[in-house]
Amino acid sequence: MKKYTVYILIAAALLAAIVLPRLLPKPFEKHVLILIMLYSILGSAWNILGGYTGQVSLGHAVFFGIGAYTSSIMLIKWGIVPWVGMLVGGVIATIVSIIIGLPTFKLRGFYFAIATIALGEMTRTLFLNWEWIGGAVGLELPIKRGDKLINLQFYLSKNNYYYVLLGIFLLTILAIYVIQKSKLGYYFRAVKDSHEAALASGIDTARTKLVAMGISAFITAIAGSVYAQYLLYIDPYVVFSSAISTRICLVAILGGEGRLFGPIIGSSILVILSEYSRAWLGGGGKGVDLIIYGTLIVLVAAFQPRGILGMVEMVKAKRQKAVVPNA
Amino acid sequence: MNPFQVLIQTIVNGLLLGSIIALVAIGIAIIRGVMDMVNFAQGEFLMLGMYASYWINVKWNLDPLVSAPITIALMFILGVIVYKVLIARVIEAPMLAQMLLTFGLSIVLVNVGLFLWGSQFKTIPNVLVKGTISIGGVMVSLNALVPALVSLLMAGAVYWFLMKTRMGRAFQATSMNKKAAALVGIDTQTVYALAFGLAAACAGLAGSVLSISYYIFPGVGSVFNLYAFVAVCLGGFGSIPGAFIGGLMIGVSDSLAGFYISAAFKYVVAFGIYLVTVIFKPKGLFGW
Repeated sequence: MKKYTVYILIAAALLAAIVLPRLLPKPFEKHVLILIMLYSILGSAWNILGGYTGQVSLGHAVFFGIGAYTSSIMLIKWGIVPWVGMLVGGVIATIVSIIIGLPTFKLRGFYFAIATIALGEMTRTLFLNWEWIGGAVGLELPIKRGDKLINLQFYLSKNNYYYVLLGIFLLTILAIYVIQKSKLGYYFRAVKDSHEAALASGIDTARTKLVAMGISAFITAIAGSVYAQYLLYIDPYVVFSSAISTRICLVAILGGEGRLFGPIIGSSILVILSEYSRAWLGGGGKGVDLIIYGTLIVLVAAFQPRGILGMVEMVKAKRQKAVVPNA
Repeated sequence: MNPFQVLIQTIVNGLLLGSIIALVAIGIAIIRGVMDMVNFAQGEFLMLGMYASYWINVKWNLDPLVSAPITIALMFILGVIVYKVLIARVIEAPMLAQMLLTFGLSIVLVNVGLFLWGSQFKTIPNVLVKGTISIGGVMVSLNALVPALVSLLMAGAVYWFLMKTRMGRAFQATSMNKKAAALVGIDTQTVYALAFGLAAACAGLAGSVLSISYYIFPGVGSVFNLYAFVAVCLGGFGSIPGAFIGGLMIGVSDSLAGFYISAAFKYVVAFGIYLVTVIFKPKGLFGW
C-alpha cells in the first residue's frame, strides 16, 4: 500500500468512528458502541504485555478494578474530580503491577498465567472483605447533573462517553505505535521470541517485562475509571470478575495478538456478538447467548489460531504467491 | 474434642477434599505432560461426570459408585472425540490458540449444562454409602472417605499405566520428544487422543465420586478447575505424583483456612501458598 492510501484510510476510519454514534439513535446501540471502545482500549493495553512481550495475563481485571475503585473512592470520600482520580488510579495500578511483576516474572508460560488468575481471585476476595471501600455492597457514585466534561458524567447524550473512550483509544494506539517503532518495542519482541536470546544480547528482560506490564496496567486502570463513571455503581464482582480478565485477553487474541488494530477488530466482533445474543437470547437464564459466545471462540481458535488479522494476512500472502508466477 | 483432635479432624477433611482435586489435577498434568498444552475445560469434564452419574441414577437407579465404570467409559469417549474434532487442530498452534480453545470449550460446556439441566442444585438421594466412622476420635464421613479411596486407587492405576505398560511408555516417550517418538514408530496422534480421553476419564471419575456428597450444578467445575490448576502448578506441570500431592495440599489448606481463618479467605490462602511456592521454586515442587 502506498503511503497516501494509508493516510486516506486512517482519515476515513477516524471520520467513521466520529460519525458512527450519530447514526445509531437507540440507547442499546450506543451502549454496544461504548463497550466496543472500552474493550478496544483494554485489549490494546493487554496486547502490550501479552501480544508484544509474550507474557499472558489472565488477571487484568486487577488493574481494571483498581482504576475503577481509585477514582470512585476519591470522588465519594474527598470529592476529587474523576479525571484526577483516573490518573492516580493509573499510577497505583502501575505500582501494583510492579509489585506483582517482580516475583512473578520469574515464572514462564503457564505458571505465569495461572499466577495471574490466582492474583485476580485474591484481589477480588480482599476487596469483597474490605469494609472501608464498601466491601461486597459496592459503591454508588454521586450523581452530578449538567453533563459537564469535568465531572465525566453525561445524561443528555451517552455519545460523550463514547467520545471520551475514543480519545483514550486513539492515545493508546498512538502510544503503542511509538513504542513499536522505538528501541523498547524491539526489546519487547526480543523477549517474546526468545527469553534466553534476549538475555544473551544484553537486554534486561526483567526490566523490559516490568515496563510492559506497567504501561499495560496504567491504561487498563484508566479504562476502569471511565467504566465506573459510566455505570455509576461498582462492586468487586463487577470490576474484578474473572470474566473481564478473560474477555480482555480474548479480544486481543481474537483480533490477532501483537497487532496494532487487532483489539478493535476483536472487540467489535466479540462485543456485538455477545451483547446482541444476550439481548435476544439471554432471557430466562438458559445461557444460549454464552453457548454462542463460547462456540465462536472455539471455532476461531480451532480454525484460525492466529486471529482474524492473521487470517487476512494469510489470504494476502496466498494471493501474492498466486500473482508471482503470472508476472 | 480437644484442640489437637480438631486440628487432625480439619486436616482429614482437607485430605478427603484434596483427593478429588488431585484426580482432576492428574488429568491436567497428563495433558500438559504428553501434549504440552493446558486444558481449561477439565473442571467441566468433572461437571459432566457428575451429571452422568446423576442421570444414570435417575433412569436406572444405579448408585454413582456402581455406575462409575460407565461414567469413566463415557467421559473417555467424549475426551477422544473432543480431541479428534477440536484439539487436534491446535496441537501445533501457538499456546494462546490452545488456551483460547479450551476456554471457549469450558464456556460452551457450562452453558450447555445450564441449557439442558437448568441452574438448580441437584443431589442424589439414597446413596449407597452414608454415615460416619470414628478413627481414634476423628470422625470420618463415609461418603467422603470412599470417594477419597476410589480416587487414590485411580491415581495409582494411572501411575501404573504410565510407568509399567507399553502404551504408558509410549506416552512417556511422546512427552519427552515428539519427533523421536514418531520416528521409532509411535503413533503420536493416537497417544494424544488416548491421553485426552484418559484425562477426561479422570475428571469424570472425580465427578462420579463427588456426586454422592456434593451439589450438582453447571458451574461446579470452576472452583475445582482453579484449585486443580494451582495443584498442578504447585506439584510441577507434567508430574503425576506432584499433581496428586499438590491436590492434597490445596485440599488441606482449604480446610484449615476455612476453619481457622475465615471461609471467605480460603482461596486467598490456597493461592497465596501457590504464589509463595512458585516464587521460590518457579517450576513447582516436583517440576524440572
